[in-house]
Amino acid sequence: MQELLQQKPEIAERFGDLHPPFEAQAAVVESNRCLNCFDAPCTIACPTHIDVPKFIKKIASGNLHGAALGILDANVLGASCARVCPVEVLCEGACVMHGSNEHPIEIGRLQRYAMDSFHAKGGKLPRKSDENRTEKIACIGAGPASLSTAAELQQRGFQVTVFDKRPSAGGLNTYGIAEYKLPLTESLDEIELIKDLGVEFRLGVEICGETWLAELEAEFDMIFIGVGLGAMHRLSIPGESHPGVIDALQFIEDYKTGKISQVEGDVVVVGAGNTAIDAANAAKRLGAKSVSILYRRTREHISAFDFEYRQALQEGVHFLWLTQLMAIHSSAIGITSVECLRMEIDSDGSLKPVEGSTSHMECNMVIPAIGQSPLLELLDQCREVQLERGRVVVNRATGQTTNPKYFAGGDCVNGGREVVDAVADGKRAGVEIARLLESAYV
Amino acid sequence: MSKYNVKPNLSVNFAGIQSSNPFWLASAPTTNTGEQIMRAFDAGWGGAVWKTMGARVTNTSSRYSSINWNGQRMMGFSNIELISDRALEVNLRELAEVKKRYPKQTLIASLMVESTREAWHNVVQQAEDAGADGLELNFGCPHGMSERGMGSAVGQVPEYTEMITAWVKEKARTPVIVKLTPNITDIREVARAAKRGGADALAAINTINSITGIDLDTLIPQPDVDGRSSHGGYSGPAVKPIALNMVQQVMSDPEAMLPISGIGGIATWKDAAEFVLLGSGTVQVCTAVMQQGYRIVEDMIEGLENWMCEKGFHSIEDFRGLSLPKMTEWKDLNLNYKVVAHIDEAKCIGCGLCYTACWDGAHQCIHVDRVSGQVDGPIELHAKPSDVKAASRSNISVTPIPKLDGYLARQPYVTPLARVPRVDETECVGCNLCSLVCPVDACITMVEVKTHLPAETWEERSAACLTGESC
Ligand SMILES: Cc1cc2nc3c(=O)[nH]c(=O)nc-3n(C[C@H](O)[C@H](O)[C@H](O)COP(=O)(O)OP(=O)(O)OC[C@H]3O[C@@H](n4cnc5c(N)ncnc54)[C@H](O)[C@@H]3O)c2cc1C
Ligand SMILES: Cc1cc2nc3c(=O)[nH]c(=O)nc-3n(C[C@H](O)[C@H](O)[C@H](O)COP(=O)(O)O)c2cc1C
Ligand code: SF4
Ligand code: SF4
Ligand code: SF4
Repeated sequence: MQELLQQKPEIAERFGDLHPPFEAQAAVVESNRCLNCFDAPCTIACPTHIDVPKFIKKIASGNLHGAALGILDANVLGASCARVCPVEVLCEGACVMHGSNEHPIEIGRLQRYAMDSFHAKGGKLPRKSDENRTEKIACIGAGPASLSTAAELQQRGFQVTVFDKRPSAGGLNTYGIAEYKLPLTESLDEIELIKDLGVEFRLGVEICGETWLAELEAEFDMIFIGVGLGAMHRLSIPGESHPGVIDALQFIEDYKTGKISQVEGDVVVVGAGNTAIDAANAAKRLGAKSVSILYRRTREHISAFDFEYRQALQEGVHFLWLTQLMAIHSSAIGITSVECLRMEIDSDGSLKPVEGSTSHMECNMVIPAIGQSPLLELLDQCREVQLERGRVVVNRATGQTTNPKYFAGGDCVNGGREVVDAVADGKRAGVEIARLLESAYV
Repeated sequence: MSKYNVKPNLSVNFAGIQSSNPFWLASAPTTNTGEQIMRAFDAGWGGAVWKTMGARVTNTSSRYSSINWNGQRMMGFSNIELISDRALEVNLRELAEVKKRYPKQTLIASLMVESTREAWHNVVQQAEDAGADGLELNFGCPHGMSERGMGSAVGQVPEYTEMITAWVKEKARTPVIVKLTPNITDIREVARAAKRGGADALAAINTINSITGIDLDTLIPQPDVDGRSSHGGYSGPAVKPIALNMVQQVMSDPEAMLPISGIGGIATWKDAAEFVLLGSGTVQVCTAVMQQGYRIVEDMIEGLENWMCEKGFHSIEDFRGLSLPKMTEWKDLNLNYKVVAHIDEAKCIGCGLCYTACWDGAHQCIHVDRVSGQVDGPIELHAKPSDVKAASRSNISVTPIPKLDGYLARQPYVTPLARVPRVDETECVGCNLCSLVCPVDACITMVEVKTHLPAETWEERSAACLTGESC
């Protein structure tokens, strides 16, 4: 049995909403601003192609239930996507309002408004077919990619079982996404809807080894791989094995699940991607005296989205550019300082240390956030599933791998993008699996 | 240059009634008491028509409802209020007091009494004794009073209108304004009757019969009076087009034409200018003041003055009625005039609203699949809207990631030419629809296409058909 994850009240309190929900009147005013574009660019920009103007106009008319059903029809994780999507580079980034120098329609918040109302009223996911089919599909991993495949197939009447090695479903939605974006409870509520459809969850089960896979192949007609990425890269520097060094994913998971509820002293985060920023913001909100992000290159090179970067500045995070971590020093009490080297960028773009520029910084906790490695152990064992640079190779339009019985999607295919990409992958795979199984009997 | 130097003169002489400016408060709650009217005069109103006086009535609670549109409140306003619920003597006493303190401001007494000669003679005498500069006969109130044989019960029957106007004229020493109800088939009929009865001026319009809406929870129409409702009188911005049309109809009819006070949906100096351009000598405002207070008159005066300066008009008379000759009947319009829609590619934001509108609501001549080269002839095959949509939905799109997708992905969205629709000018009928729906100012303009044909009206064309020429 899974141990029920409980949210700690003090955490919930400290991690207030990044984007507060709309009030009713404001939602109507905002939704009326939407032009209801033809072949709307916002819809094209959404990886799951939610019909944005359609649901927004339904909010304007007060048809909130219809709006939510429209969202869910395209994206079964519409509620979490409304909160976690980087809308600035997706739907809102494509809104035609930019063309007339106006603020884009706040699509994300409107979507959340419709979904909040759906959840508040105890809405249920609709079935897409009355038929009950006998074919069984297994999904490995219970993250957004698998959840989306599972929902799509179960809604069409197939029998889906989802396996995950963790005690709770949701993947990074549950364990990895910053609390001020997606509270733990919201993720779990959303999964309840999918469970309610009849999807079976087998949690705490790690699929590993040829026997496991052979068993799965025997029991199930199709297998979807949605395992995400593996552990975070290591720094490979002296002092790294100290217990005060905790990687970003572990750190986020620990505070979300209540293992950590406070951070003291000075914190150094290494790397400048979105994950680094989430970890830095969290450390700040959990009480760290100072939080510094160390990055080898400059502001122009970071992979974090611009709005994430600005958010971190607002939370009071310091950025140290052209700084390379060289070693971590500790005493009996714990970590005491880190040793850094200044870097410079050559005219040809290559990175070079500045001679004799070593410096020391006081520090009590180090959080590496320099990317996740692929889950090669499992993926290597899937027969005839071709990999390329650690990613599963699939047909982009269908999610089918080189082994026709296996489909894949999400981070393990794209190397780590967004929740909505994983949902879109899962949905495409679900649609294709259904098509294949249905046509097999014609 | 000297364009702004001379301040125009806003004062008017309306059927013999002097007023320092044409902005009057219409007879309504905003003119209920002397204290209110004095505050309104302080704010700058040139005149006020006192809330209709007569036999005392009892009003219902509630009595107003409204139409909100796109988050904007009170685009249309409805009331089931009656005339003044204060005693006639009290109103008249206060009227006398106001007139004494504000001798330069115009005070009109709006009257409504039971339909007998004696009652009218009495009330006219009383109002004039109190000092009213003119009388306005309320033949328009559409609820409550009509059931008592007054208000629109009079205004809807030309004979009654003529008769009562004549009674009033027997007694009146000040100008008599007849306020018309729009709840008739042809407003000119009643206007003519009022003129025959001897009216000195007209006022139009009073409120329009309406039901603003129904509460979908309780199923009770609005406004709710203990679980029931009654039709109300509609006013506010929503009624302006109807009022303008009625004013134009009256002012273009020689048998009906009299000085007219324009009413209905006036909220800004622009609205007022439009009423004057169709012949109004003064304008009256009610709903806009109920919503925003007396203070709106300041902008109305200043805005009108600035516009007059810019146009070189020195007085209201200079532009009163100037638009009337530009209105004709449909049969007199030139059938050989042609415009087509033109899209400014630099302004277009690619919303496709014009495309949807032209496909579903006009003549299917705006296209999103751009074709190059010469296109003419009516037969052109294009992807239907549904196909265009389906094609783009099947695209796979994934989040742009700055590192991987280059910085282009982060730049502000610029409309790609492929999203700018194209008008097929050979098929465009020049209906205007697209230019009306386009959300960008001056993005779609209607440009004239020379047809090289002489101007020809429908009447001329039908005559030509009769004589056997081609048509
Ligand atoms: C710190 C962090 C913050 C992020 N913030 C955002 C954000 O704000 N917005 C956004 O859109 N995206 C964000 N993302 C990205 C997003 O979380 C992922 O793209 C998304 O969760 C990918 O979904 P997935 O289903 O492919 O994989 P995951 O969510 O990683 O789920 C994979 C699941 O598979 C399970 N699993 C793995 N191996 C096995 C096995 N052998 N047997 C059984 N189960 C297994 C894992 O336990 C896990 O539950 C963030 C990512 C990180 C790391
Ligand atoms: C609440 C209310 C009460 C009114 N009472 C009267 C009235 O007593 N006598 C009258 O002649 N017109 C009355 N009217 C009509 C107004 O004078 C005016 O003709 C009408 O509201 C249209 O103008 P507007 O669009 O500026 O409001 C009333 C209107 C409203 C809204
Ligand atoms: S692009 Fe903007 S305005 Fe157009 S439909 Fe989408 S949200 Fe509405
Ligand atoms: S003017 Fe009318 S017919 Fe012409 S393009 Fe616009 S909508 Fe179509
Ligand atoms: S309505 Fe205007 S802005 Fe929108 S596509 Fe048409 S021309 Fe462009």
